[in-house]
Amino acid sequence: MKIAISATGQTIDSMLDKRFGRCQYFIIQDTETGEVETVKNNGLTSEGGAGIAASQQLIDEGVDVIITDNLGPNAFEVIERSGIKAYKCDEIAIRYALEKYGNGELLEIQESGPAHHGGH
Amino acid sequence: MNIAVLSGKGGTGKTTISTNLALALNANYIDCDVEEPNGFLFLKPNIDNTKKVMVEYPVIDEDKCTDCGACVDVCQFNALASTGNGILLFEKLCHGCGACKIPCKYGALDYAEREVGRIQRGMGHGINCSRGILNVGEPMAVPVIRSILRNLEGRLNIIDCPPGTSCNVVTSLRYADGAVLVTEPTKFGLHDLERAVELVSMFGISFGVIINKDDGEENIVKSYCEDRQIEIIGTIPYSDSIAFAYSKGEMLYTTQDNRVIFDSLARGLGEVLEWT
Repeated sequence: MKIAISATGQTIDSMLDKRFGRCQYFIIQDTETGEVETVKNNGLTSEGGAGIAASQQLIDEGVDVIITDNLGPNAFEVIERSGIKAYKCDEIAIRYALEKYGNGELLEIQESGPAHHGGH
Repeated sequence: MNIAVLSGKGGTGKTTISTNLALALNANYIDCDVEEPNGFLFLKPNIDNTKKVMVEYPVIDEDKCTDCGACVDVCQFNALASTGNGILLFEKLCHGCGACKIPCKYGALDYAEREVGRIQRGMGHGINCSRGILNVGEPMAVPVIRSILRNLEGRLNIIDCPPGTSCNVVTSLRYADGAVLVTEPTKFGLHDLERAVELVSMFGISFGVIINKDDGEENIVKSYCEDRQIEIIGTIPYSDSIAFAYSKGEMLYTTQDNRVIFDSLARGLGEVLEWT
């Protein structure tokens, strides 16, 4: 199973990024092999629809679970349709976010947060 | 001749100056501030013509679509997503560019039209008035602005621009031969005037500044214009009676004192923009 977390940095000691669509990186852990990889978020450089771009990237990466703070309405719609499960987590180090998920301490995101529209 | 009236800062008097200058010059008035067009509150035209502004968006035939994602890959605006359970469309992000149909190998994609706004026209105070209106909830104003400016006719058109220096103003300026930059002698007014000057300069068209709510003294806007050798078309004094007339939706040009001000601005405009 692959878990993706929105992150401010490139290692599992960096902090979770509260923004989903505009986070810096996604840290992706494969729970079977234990391998961790870091990818730049495609949403970061998109003019509009950042949440959609980020969601598409994670679908293409074959992710099963997303850990972040909030999903905007568009990202929520894409993620929900794709069948990926999303979980809410505070701004803590990625290492601890993974631990909390493993312990079943994170709640599933059931609805979208407020929209953040980018510039024109 | 199309003259764009812009400001950078909102609330400096673009509409006051556009509507009254249009009267003074017997020009057509065009309200391109489609997110909040307010020129008709003053000119009060009888609207006798309304036209819908339509944009295209993709429609996916789910029987033919294989969710291959080829359309998603070419979309530069993230208006499409391939979810593994069908393509999702975000129609408000779609710019109607037509790219997504090209790579579809299954003939699953076609276009339909939807309304994003309206164009209204009518006569008010003896001049032709038109305005664009963006429908509530629509994020993209450019199609409405383009639609109203694409077919401008007549000797002289005064284009009342949206505030700021965003795409909406850039689109309006594409159709302009000259520009009036409206500002006020405040730090905010000057800051945003500088941005407007930078933008207009990119178009290489003649422009001048009108200072609204002017205190009659030397001020930061005047010294900025002097330093940069930017022509000041004229000024409108800071005045309670103007604010009062504005608050009642009255055209300033209909009173003698204010008519003198706008006739003088109209002459100044002719000199700065040098049109015949």
